[in-house]
Amino acid sequence: MFLKRQPKLVWLFSLLATTITFVISVLLLQQVLSSGTIIYELGGWSPPWGIEYRIDQLNAYLLLIISTISTIVLVAAHTSIQKELDTHRQAYFYMLYLLSLAGMLGIVATADAFNVFVFLEISSLSAYALIALGKDRRALWASYQYLIMGTVGATFILIGIGLMYQMTGTLNMNDLASRLPEVAQTRTVFVAFAFTVVGICLKLALFPLHLWLPNAYAYAPSVVTAFFAATATKVAVYLLIRFTFSVFGLSFSFTTLPLQTLFLLLGLLGVFVASIAAIYQNNVKHIFAYSSVAQVGYMIVGLSVGTTLGLSATMIHLFNHALMKSALFLAMAAVMYRIGGMQLSQFNGLGKQMPLTMAAIVVGGLSLVGVPLTVGFISKWYLVLAVIENGWWHVALLILLGSLLAIVYLWKIVEVAYFRSPAHNSEPVKEAPLSILIPVWVLVFANLYFGIDTRLSVEVAQTAAQSLFGITP
Amino acid sequence: MEAIVDVVLLSFLVAVVIAIVWMKDLFAVAMLAGIYGLLTASFFVAMDAVDVAFTEASVGAGISTLLMLVVIAKTGRFERPTRHKPLLALLVVVVTGSLLIYGTFDMPYFGSAEAPAQSHVTPRYIDDSFEEVGIPNIVTSVLASYRAFDTFGEVVVIFTAGIGILGLLSGVARREEEVDIDAINETMHEDHMVLRIVAKILIPFILVFALYVQFHGDYGPGGGFQAGVIFAAAIILYSMLFGLDTARQVINQAWVRMIAAIGVLLYGSVGMVSFLNGGNFLDYNVLMEDPIAGQHLGIILIEFGVGLTVTAVMIIIFFNFAGRQVTPKADNNKGV
Repeated sequence: MFLKRQPKLVWLFSLLATTITFVISVLLLQQVLSSGTIIYELGGWSPPWGIEYRIDQLNAYLLLIISTISTIVLVAAHTSIQKELDTHRQAYFYMLYLLSLAGMLGIVATADAFNVFVFLEISSLSAYALIALGKDRRALWASYQYLIMGTVGATFILIGIGLMYQMTGTLNMNDLASRLPEVAQTRTVFVAFAFTVVGICLKLALFPLHLWLPNAYAYAPSVVTAFFAATATKVAVYLLIRFTFSVFGLSFSFTTLPLQTLFLLLGLLGVFVASIAAIYQNNVKHIFAYSSVAQVGYMIVGLSVGTTLGLSATMIHLFNHALMKSALFLAMAAVMYRIGGMQLSQFNGLGKQMPLTMAAIVVGGLSLVGVPLTVGFISKWYLVLAVIENGWWHVALLILLGSLLAIVYLWKIVEVAYFRSPAHNSEPVKEAPLSILIPVWVLVFANLYFGIDTRLSVEVAQTAAQSLFGITP
Repeated sequence: MEAIVDVVLLSFLVAVVIAIVWMKDLFAVAMLAGIYGLLTASFFVAMDAVDVAFTEASVGAGISTLLMLVVIAKTGRFERPTRHKPLLALLVVVVTGSLLIYGTFDMPYFGSAEAPAQSHVTPRYIDDSFEEVGIPNIVTSVLASYRAFDTFGEVVVIFTAGIGILGLLSGVARREEEVDIDAINETMHEDHMVLRIVAKILIPFILVFALYVQFHGDYGPGGGFQAGVIFAAAIILYSMLFGLDTARQVINQAWVRMIAAIGVLLYGSVGMVSFLNGGNFLDYNVLMEDPIAGQHLGIILIEFGVGLTVTAVMIIIFFNFAGRQVTPKADNNKGV
């Protein structure tokens, strides 16, 4: 077909679409903040008979994160994809990208539990295909592993939703929240809860269910990694928050299963195991993929605190981690564009050859560690505050220790890039093209800007957390 | 009587599943999987869920078996012996299974009128859907009107699958033009005269039946999904028996891709038209002066969109799998 030979047109169209979603989500957030929850009844049928969209602060906040990142990443996609994919696949790539975006936005926007599953399928199916498009043949295997684990996760969620429907007769989340307490003591609801949480945790790549993630991220096309690392796990965290806090309710969630202990334990274990694993990786994308698992650990620790402050710490980290990881992985797309590989040894001397790209990786990395003046610091600050508020001094200590591990794996990259000279026989490497560098640096500046001006991230997260706890600001 | 039917069907199901796990001959496994689909469909009929049964029959016993056969023809008929013992997987399965059984202890009895599933949302569908939507098949009212947005999502899921397959499998060279495309089974369409003649007689009826299912979905079991799958199955059957190049002369792949997109677009456009007419997305009441007529129109259009996309995507999946040339390089990687 004609468009197959004109990937640039497809790209421009996709960019237009994502930009529009971005503008809409900005407007939505403004409207939600000024006039409260927005309800939209699809098909004109009132819930619980029909499906409704219900945008409160939490949804609007997530929608903004997802649409912003996807737009910025897509700006860089054209250059990067041109190099990494055959021409006839590029049009399909953009279609899958948009479908995946649509799926994630749908999951976040809807207030219907089954609708969540439908959108989850859209975003996952396109994710499997996008990952399998990676140039490396191992991408196929990674995608297959993700497909199996992801499908198990989705099926578990579906079983959970089915059992909930059986016990309440409704699929609407609000309606579920009001009808579940009546039947909360039944074993069926217990099982429904267990399946839902485990299913979401599979999607979330919570330790020890994270095994699919590192390879999937490492072998996917570079921009796909940047897109998913910043958004996919966030959507799963959102689902976890939505189901544990809104649908089942905190008192049910934290008493039926020893969820608090479980989350705290798995979160901390995730931080440490994944950070240590990251230190031993030789592929830079692998390093940051493991670091993503560790970061998920921090978010889950925030949830386990079970207070407004803990929840807002998790949500602040959602926002901030999206900024860090998209900056880092997009910078990696720039490196991939120039040197065609991600092995640590290929980074030799890159600090001199691609100074702007490497500087972006360093700033992004510092943000990951949590150095003051970056967004990472804000995340860690609120997380530590939340943990200390609960009197968990030892946990606070462990969180800081986790940051030290991040320094170790960041240092590995810095050392090769700045303190080793490039191999003599290799050709000189040029700085990445502007079409990738500009989006990377936009994200890097966002990392710095929101590290100083926290009005957007912190305040919205806090009001969203308060509304989830039923406190009206 | 019903209990006996249930017990017999369920024990067949268990037997089939054990056989599937046990057997190494993948051709037999594919056949058993088809039987599994058919048994499940019968079980759904016994539970009075005819629409679901219909879908399960056309998907589980129909198209998925065909697709599995294609894959077997492309890869190999026998399962390779595994070296590792998947004990962890077994443990996960056992835990999951026991948890599911544990969950049944507090379930309301099957068919109980007091069950929440029967008493909360459902009564409105049963009592009022004929007045509100105006079609006798309640299942279609729920799928295509009350929860039309879910169905829209499902169509997009299928569309996504098609795009994913195209993105991954479509080759650079236009292999379709080459003469020596390896059909799934070169010899099959020369040797099996009986099959070919029977198929030739059957295929028109299958196509007509698909159209009946498509347009009769408002009144009886059926709808776009089932119709699309049945329609595609007829075409796939034709291609399997007469070779891919013959089928390609009839079916233009570029058109099929276009149709897949048009189906989704049609569905979305119906939503947008109601949007522009002042209603909410997919609110069919505003499509025409008379809300009931609007509902009718909306449902027929979206079901048609569903049918188009499902047919096209099934054909895309089949042709892209079956039309792949097995390169020597790919052969080497098969065992890994």
